[in-house]
Amino acid sequence: MPTTVSFSLNGEQVSAEVEPRTLLVEMLRDKLRRTGTHVGCDTSQCGACVVHVGGRSVKSCTMLAVQAEGADVTTIEGVAADGKLHPMQEAFREYHGLQCGFCTPGMIMSALDLVRRNPEPDEGEIRRWLEGNLCRCTGYQNIVKAVKAGAASMRAEGAA
Amino acid sequence: MYEFDYHRPRTLGEARDLIAGNEEAKLLAGGMTLLPTMKLRLARPSDLVDLGDIDELQGIAIDGNALEIGAAVRHADVAGSADVQRLIPALAFLAGQIGDPQVRNRGTLGGSIANSDPAADYPAAVLGLGASIRTDRREIPADDYFLGMFETALEPDEIVRSVRFPVPKRAGYAKFPNPASRYAIVGVMVAETGGGVRVAVTGAGPCAFRVTAFEDALKADFSAAALDGLDFDAPDLNSDLHASAEYRVHLVGVMAKRAVQAASG
Amino acid sequence: MTSNGIGAPVRRKEDRRFITGSGRYTDDIDRPGQLYAHIIRSPLPHARIKSIDANDARSLGGVVAVFTGRDMADDGVGGLPCGWGITGKHGAPMIEPGHPPLATDTVRYVGDQVAVVLAESRAIARDAAELIEVDFEELPAVTSIETATAGDAPLVWPEAPGNICFDWEIGDAAAVQKAFAEAAHVTTIDIVNSRLIPNAIEPRAAIGEYDAGHDEYTLYTTSQNPHVIRLLMGAFVLNIPEHKLRVVAPDVGGGFGSKIFHYAEEAIVTWASKRVNRPVKWTADRSESFMSDAHGRDHVTHAELALSKDGDFLGLSVRTRANLGAYLSTFGPSVPTYLYATLLAGTYKTPAIHAEVKGIFTNTVPVDAYRGAGRPEASYLLERLVDRAARETGIDPIQLRRRNFIPADGFPYQTPVALEYDSGDYGTCLDKALELADYGGFVKRRKDAEARGKLRGIGLSTYIEACGIAPSNVAGQLGARAGLYEAGTIRVNPTGSVTVLTGSHSHGQGHETTFAQLVTEALGVDIDSIEVVHGDTGKIPFGMGTYGSRSLAVGGMALMAALEKIKTKSKKIAAHLLEASDADIEFENGRLSVAGTDRSVAFGEVAMAAYVPHNYPLDILEPGLEETAFYDPKNFTFPAGCHVCEIEIDPDTGVVDVVSFVAADDFGRIINPMIVEGQVHGGVAQGIGQALYEQCVFDADSGQLLTGTLMDYCLPKADHLPDFSVTTNVTLCAHNVLGVKGCGEAGTIGATPAVINAVVDALSEFGVNDIALPATPERVWRAIHSAAA
Repeated sequence: MPTTVSFSLNGEQVSAEVEPRTLLVEMLRDKLRRTGTHVGCDTSQCGACVVHVGGRSVKSCTMLAVQAEGADVTTIEGVAADGKLHPMQEAFREYHGLQCGFCTPGMIMSALDLVRRNPEPDEGEIRRWLEGNLCRCTGYQNIVKAVKAGAASMRAEGAA
Repeated sequence: MYEFDYHRPRTLGEARDLIAGNEEAKLLAGGMTLLPTMKLRLARPSDLVDLGDIDELQGIAIDGNALEIGAAVRHADVAGSADVQRLIPALAFLAGQIGDPQVRNRGTLGGSIANSDPAADYPAAVLGLGASIRTDRREIPADDYFLGMFETALEPDEIVRSVRFPVPKRAGYAKFPNPASRYAIVGVMVAETGGGVRVAVTGAGPCAFRVTAFEDALKADFSAAALDGLDFDAPDLNSDLHASAEYRVHLVGVMAKRAVQAASG
Repeated sequence: MTSNGIGAPVRRKEDRRFITGSGRYTDDIDRPGQLYAHIIRSPLPHARIKSIDANDARSLGGVVAVFTGRDMADDGVGGLPCGWGITGKHGAPMIEPGHPPLATDTVRYVGDQVAVVLAESRAIARDAAELIEVDFEELPAVTSIETATAGDAPLVWPEAPGNICFDWEIGDAAAVQKAFAEAAHVTTIDIVNSRLIPNAIEPRAAIGEYDAGHDEYTLYTTSQNPHVIRLLMGAFVLNIPEHKLRVVAPDVGGGFGSKIFHYAEEAIVTWASKRVNRPVKWTADRSESFMSDAHGRDHVTHAELALSKDGDFLGLSVRTRANLGAYLSTFGPSVPTYLYATLLAGTYKTPAIHAEVKGIFTNTVPVDAYRGAGRPEASYLLERLVDRAARETGIDPIQLRRRNFIPADGFPYQTPVALEYDSGDYGTCLDKALELADYGGFVKRRKDAEARGKLRGIGLSTYIEACGIAPSNVAGQLGARAGLYEAGTIRVNPTGSVTVLTGSHSHGQGHETTFAQLVTEALGVDIDSIEVVHGDTGKIPFGMGTYGSRSLAVGGMALMAALEKIKTKSKKIAAHLLEASDADIEFENGRLSVAGTDRSVAFGEVAMAAYVPHNYPLDILEPGLEETAFYDPKNFTFPAGCHVCEIEIDPDTGVVDVVSFVAADDFGRIINPMIVEGQVHGGVAQGIGQALYEQCVFDADSGQLLTGTLMDYCLPKADHLPDFSVTTNVTLCAHNVLGVKGCGEAGTIGATPAVINAVVDALSEFGVNDIALPATPERVWRAIHSAAA
């Protein structure tokens, strides 16, 4: 039976009518037309759908929209503030941490959760943390560099 | 997914009323196994009873010489808990090895052990540390809890409230992960407890099991060397694409030694 | 050069939309009133369709239509075409069975399309799919080369006895026979090149839309080559002329070859959109991708190398059986023939080579080009064979390679297998790689590893590849059914900004930046005033798309030719404005000046004059400043290089850890070194994936794909890989104006043999001389264990 789900999306109150079986990512993409969050698999491995719920990174393909009722949800569209790129976004560009761009939103959202917990991650910690995010283009090397540099910029800006 | 009705009770009593007598209903904890299974249309519950809002299932408490962890506590919170890290570091370590960060941010202790996936990590901790499972109606010792593949001692409508982990003298966990899914191909928890040495294995069999041959050897000499060349009785070990039963037998030995080293380290 | 011109590591222009979530991939597009398609696929590897009952599905609320293969056939829909015909021994044409988008009477692999449901939502379409009852009569099936070529194997196609599609050869068998007669040593290898599943992270998707008012169709699709899809689908499948069919490939989330081909779903949604007069969208689940995207590799080979007593390669004999799957995918037959056997000379001057390739039908997903396409198979075979020859003869593997390299002054070099290499310097790449890898320090590192209880090994490959396919006339003689040129347009806008229209397609390669660098270098226009447009047949004059590392070497050259025309015309306009002769006009840094004077005009003024031709040589020039060029290359390009890999094995578990990886590649001139490095990183990661992680397994009895999700098929993760060290050595391509060769596939081609040679090196003390792909922990543990027993 369709039900109305409401939550805060990137600081803005949103709601939509969904079925209980509607996934959070389906509500974001199909109902709210925030298509920056992607779907790359159906078994919760690829991480293209990572968003923040209540400040933590989660796979929005493995969460029901109804479970997000009343939550604070942040997607890639909410990362840049007032048209200014977030330092982590800047770092992905500066260090060529993306090629086709499909995994990138999930990578950035995952990286931000890492830096929240660990403001100064080393290469090994970054590689381990990204075990839930698959990239087929970059071989990860430049992603790792970007996350490290993004974390450094965030520390410098006091954003971490 | 097939269609279902969704419920979000606020108390354990409400949850029990929703699930009682409804064999087609399922409890939803973190959903890390159930939701992917439903997405692939391999499960078709009529109702999902979401346990996410029930305060009685939350919290990590020190209870005498034990840690009591609520069923709805997420893996990341176990891994990150200062109390768990101080009292049972092997348990914090194990929780930090489950799945990936996003799985750890959603998945719960209760969900994991109620499901009893043969490749899940927590069953090794529950059995290896000699924990007991507190449900809405009773307390089940770990040794009586895991019955088979996806099979536990829980009644169909029984709800796990918490797990009580006695603090061991020392313990260690070593895991050989599936490189793709990060489930355990073999995971071994070794613990020296008040009641003796316990060695519990996950990933290798239909459900978590203890290796008494290893326990006996470690009682005499708690060192990796004590396990050298030791055989164990291993009926019906899993054999799949990723590891044959023979290889799993071997890995149980290797991981047990590493767990002993971790416990001693 | 300008600061953003050729050779500069310019940060990518396309990145902003991707890092802000503003990219526009096919599934991000919603068309008004669109329906959702769900494809019903065969659960069996081989079966006759006795009947399909869709009545219950049709009566489910929200279901608009269910179509079967019969509906499409009755409507005159044709089969999916194969773009390359192979002529076998004695002129025998390949067996080319029909390939209807929806099966009409028989299904031939698990995943074969049977029917399509159109509904108001994805969920309803899937609900309805389960209500469709297909009555199958199961037929015997074969899923491997070995079972398909056994004596009494069931036939995938009755018209292909022995399941052989073609039996093809290249080279001089008699010369090879003679070489073996004279050999002091023969090294033999039996080798399997494992089957891979490409797994671009964006699953395939397609939206068909029909405009009844104009009788026009639009297809949005995840394609590497929208014009090719327009050609194939329009002409062969749906009978829609080009001017009534627009194909748009917007942002595409990786391809790696798997998005070159024309797939059934594209034809199904386009055709269905007219039948129901509403847009129809289909998006694959990952599980569906596993069983419907074309797979790669899958060869079984026996090869022999004849050597002189000093280690000179005298002759090479290769017999390969290549799995083509159940149907011929768009370029399937060309991969194990012209993209594989023609590369068997490698970087070596082996004087006599003969190769025989049999294409084999099996009841599996069609096999086609996957990153490298044929060249990784050739490189893997050769570099494993050369390493084995080195061990057998006791000659150092590096010295053996050096001894047989085509020398740097030996170009052009005609190989015994059709290709003419134009340039290269294999020794220098080898030197650079060895230095970067500190090859000399390996013995000490191995000792250190031993002290830690680890087995350490080092391995290398000195690969070559052929890119930028190719002269159309040559390709045509070899069986290509299309031209292989590229088209590009430079549109200078009145204010001097530039729009670049290219037939190449970027799905991660960074063309929007690299191609803009060519323009800024040529015209001096600020890089922010250049927009590269691709992926839309409604905007781009023509194109053949992106595959085979061809975008810069072919597409870029078309742009260079168009830029040359722009410069020529601009000089004429400037000559008029400056009252000088065109011969005296110099064009530098965005200004056109009269040589030896201070008189000049900015390029922007020339552009304005062209569009507002008040003061303009209308008697000799048309207004406007837009030029199109088609470029057909004179030859393949031949990137080559050396990869060195160092690994450590945990003997207790068999886990292989790549501890160091070095690539020294020759890609010709480099336009953007940052992008080139990124391409190498990604290619190497996929090569390591094949070597250690990725495994495609079909159950021999049921024909089911056992590695059908990312839970079981392991894509390399960040913590599986080390940092790679990448360098380049430049020899210029001799037949294009920039001297560029291409860099997209090299990593994949060079990496797999380097990793496996390193693993075999580490295990050699146990008498191991081979290990199957991928070298999983259990396989490595068994290799150690069985040797110890």
